[in-house]
Amino acid sequence: MLYALSTCQWCHKTKVLLEELGVEFDYDYVDLLEGKDQDAAMDSLERWNPKGSFPTLVIDNKRAIVGFREQEIREVLEV
Amino acid sequence: MNVPEITERSVEVTYVTLKSDAEKNGYRLNLDVDFTKNLVRGLLKNEGRYGYRACPCRLASGKKDEDLDIVCPCDYRDADIDEYGACYCALYVNEAIASGKQKVAPVPERRPPRSERGKHVVRTVFNADLPVLPLPVWRCKVCGYLCAREQPPEVCPICKAAKERFERFI
Repeated sequence: MLYALSTCQWCHKTKVLLEELGVEFDYDYVDLLEGKDQDAAMDSLERWNPKGSFPTLVIDNKRAIVGFREQEIREVLEV
Repeated sequence: MNVPEITERSVEVTYVTLKSDAEKNGYRLNLDVDFTKNLVRGLLKNEGRYGYRACPCRLASGKKDEDLDIVCPCDYRDADIDEYGACYCALYVNEAIASGKQKVAPVPERRPPRSERGKHVVRTVFNADLPVLPLPVWRCKVCGYLCAREQPPEVCPICKAAKERFERFI
């Protein structure tokens, strides 16, 4: 699951990387959600990343990678 | 929501203005022009939907008084450039990155999380050793400019930040 913002270039790079790696993923542009939907997305994001910052990538409900850390994302997903 | 369209021309004009203002004041924009113009597009999108240029890489609330710290240039820019060589979204970078000698790396979020915002810490320096000053001293939270006068200026003479970005310093 990728928590992203539609205006964030680091989120964009992360999404492009995931597409390039060919992994299956869901994503939310949290800035495009409104009201309760946005609050719910932030609540669930903050469980993984208390800072609530973007992009946050949650892998298999097991671990989170905060920020566009290309190397780390590749290492975890390129198996 | 009726949001004005962002034209290539408005992106170009804003980019050129930001670049020239930055360089006049000793800052540098990211030299990756496509990346930087996309950040500018994000700033303009936020200006259209929120009414202010909130950081494109942070979630704005839509309430300006809650988001003053992330109106670009944000309150965290200088500290992040000092420590990481770039501001959070990497619109502004240091000389080493601007000249291609160093690469931009992810910058950890310095803004307090949602639950800790609004607990504004007034950093007024009250030191018993300080003489009683005839005027209060105001600090621009964007660039650090200090001035002694009854009220902060309408616009920071150094970085052009608005009056609302000043804090009482002494």
